[in-house]
Amino acid sequence: MKKTMYEKIWDSHLVVDAAGQAPLLYVDRHLMHEVTSPQAFEGLRLSSRKVRNPHSILATMDHCVPTKNRDQPIADPIARKQIETMAENCLENGLNLYDMKNPNNGVIHVVVPEHGFVHPGMVVVCGDSHTATHGAFGALAFGIGTSEVEHVMATQTLPQQKSKTMQVVVNGALSKYASAKDIALAITGKIGTAGGTGHVIEYTGEAIRDLSMEGRMTLCNMAIEAGARAGLVAPDEKTYEYLKGREFAPSAQHWDQALAYWKSLPSDDGAVFDTTITLDASDIAPQVSWGTSPEQVVGVDGLVPAPESFADEIKRKACEGALAYMGLTANTKITDIAIDLVFIGSCTNGRIEDFRIAAEVAKGTKVAEGVTAIAVPGSYHVKQQAEDEGLDKIFIEAGWEWRDPGCSMCLAMNGDELTKGQRSASTSNRNFEGRQGKGGRTHLVSPAMAAAAASAGHFVDIRKL
Amino acid sequence: MEPYKKHESIAALMDRSNVDTDQIIPKQFLKKVERSGFGVHLFHDWRFNDDGSDNAEFELNKPAFKGAKILVAGDNFGCGSSREHAPWAIADYGFNAIISTSYADIFYNNCFKNGILAIKVNKDQLDKLMAEISANEGVRFVIELENQQVITPAGNGFSFEIDPFRKGNLLSGLDDIGLTLKHEAKITEYELQHKQDYPWLWA
Repeated sequence: MKKTMYEKIWDSHLVVDAAGQAPLLYVDRHLMHEVTSPQAFEGLRLSSRKVRNPHSILATMDHCVPTKNRDQPIADPIARKQIETMAENCLENGLNLYDMKNPNNGVIHVVVPEHGFVHPGMVVVCGDSHTATHGAFGALAFGIGTSEVEHVMATQTLPQQKSKTMQVVVNGALSKYASAKDIALAITGKIGTAGGTGHVIEYTGEAIRDLSMEGRMTLCNMAIEAGARAGLVAPDEKTYEYLKGREFAPSAQHWDQALAYWKSLPSDDGAVFDTTITLDASDIAPQVSWGTSPEQVVGVDGLVPAPESFADEIKRKACEGALAYMGLTANTKITDIAIDLVFIGSCTNGRIEDFRIAAEVAKGTKVAEGVTAIAVPGSYHVKQQAEDEGLDKIFIEAGWEWRDPGCSMCLAMNGDELTKGQRSASTSNRNFEGRQGKGGRTHLVSPAMAAAAASAGHFVDIRKL
Repeated sequence: MEPYKKHESIAALMDRSNVDTDQIIPKQFLKKVERSGFGVHLFHDWRFNDDGSDNAEFELNKPAFKGAKILVAGDNFGCGSSREHAPWAIADYGFNAIISTSYADIFYNNCFKNGILAIKVNKDQLDKLMAEISANEGVRFVIELENQQVITPAGNGFSFEIDPFRKGNLLSGLDDIGLTLKHEAKITEYELQHKQDYPWLWA
């Protein structure tokens, strides 16, 4: 039988598939951060269970960590306690932790690929919905809850229901300054935040093959925003090249064997997907979200939609609510929306290529009056690389703040946040109400679009710069 | 977990779609290292005014919905992050059943780990249930998990589908990890084979 990549990975990881119970799937890699793990460790302790395979785990601290004055103690006592608890739990269980002071520290989904910890064909989990990022390597990677974190620690397996498969084909080539982020937003706009529910998406087509590994990470990262369990891109030469030589990549001794396995993973010709969606990359303008859901997006050359433009009653109501929350009037030009703050960073867009393109746009400009612009590298390695290339100077000369790594304003747990009514251009992944601070208004964009908005003070069509 | 039996309760109405986990439990409450005590923060940003008083406009603050254990909500409930704090908050607040047309995958899994029965209905059934609550706020529904029935006073009851494994776990209140560890020998056997097939993962 012809199989999709998802089916191949699923089949090779089935430990138990018996009638009357959920199939049990083996987990190769378990990623961890401070927010969704403490209660899982507590559960293990209460039931006198041990971590089955400590080497399968890589942990970091990212959600609560400050992005400035890192040498000072964390001011928020509850956040400090969470950070301390993480350190204690990792020490007690012998886990590899990149703590706040570690030179490898950063956002979990940025750090893990840097060290080659995820390979094609693996099953990877993390108590974090953006685990989908690692699908860029052709690994089945998905977010789990804290009970499941405990389950994986204790058993190295997870009871799972098999997902349906969705193929998203992106043909053609992206126009200049349109990016993986714009593909991700355009897909979410097309199929909706529940469009992928119950599915694992495989991204295929010329535009996907053309993406760098970092672009593929950005794309897969947002599979969850379209409701999908996971996103996948078939491994290819770019994948192998990226992994080669990294700390946890297969050693020379095993490389050929690993490579042979990886090459067996792509979906067979003629494999059947439950659903197929097709887009043309050349139609994708740089995207801007206008509402409070990642499906509420439009091209930068478009208008804020009017509620009556939606035939569907639920969408109409959602539009009304979003416009009220966002303080926007229907039919306003996107390029007429003024912003107060710009954030570049997160597990979606906190990698070196993101800062390179943003710096290219920011070079020689000044942040507009009244606008705050912050650049938060996804890891210390990204930060160092950017500084080696002189990107930090470009940002600082343009009036940006150059910070230490962390999740920062993506979910605003660490004190970096919008105040009520403030409006951001943000390279993160969610524009939910209050996500970046209570009453804050988030517009999701690519790094290049964010950088252009910083100097203009409003959104601009970067294709025209 | 407590074994899940038949129960009768007020059904609260939340006529909104795409209710995300950032609303269910906003991020400022995710810093705790315990599982308990999240109920007071459920829907915080909608539920309370800036001065901390109850927002009278928010549906769950209606006196008629006080003590409700069943939540009836719009499409795609629980979308967004994987935070299990969301079902912890829902359960701690007092809900043990949700009725909607659809749920985000991770949230749906998380519900069953915490004794919350997430029931899926079709759009037509949901509209009827919502109309019944709107017409008679404080109305009580009965949920019988054993025979997969919801019963309502106005006769909008229905039977629902549920995965037998999830149902069994709710009915017995059994610990998932304990169930999995019954397969310990198979896991070990799988791992031995895994080490042979993929030695670079174990190097």
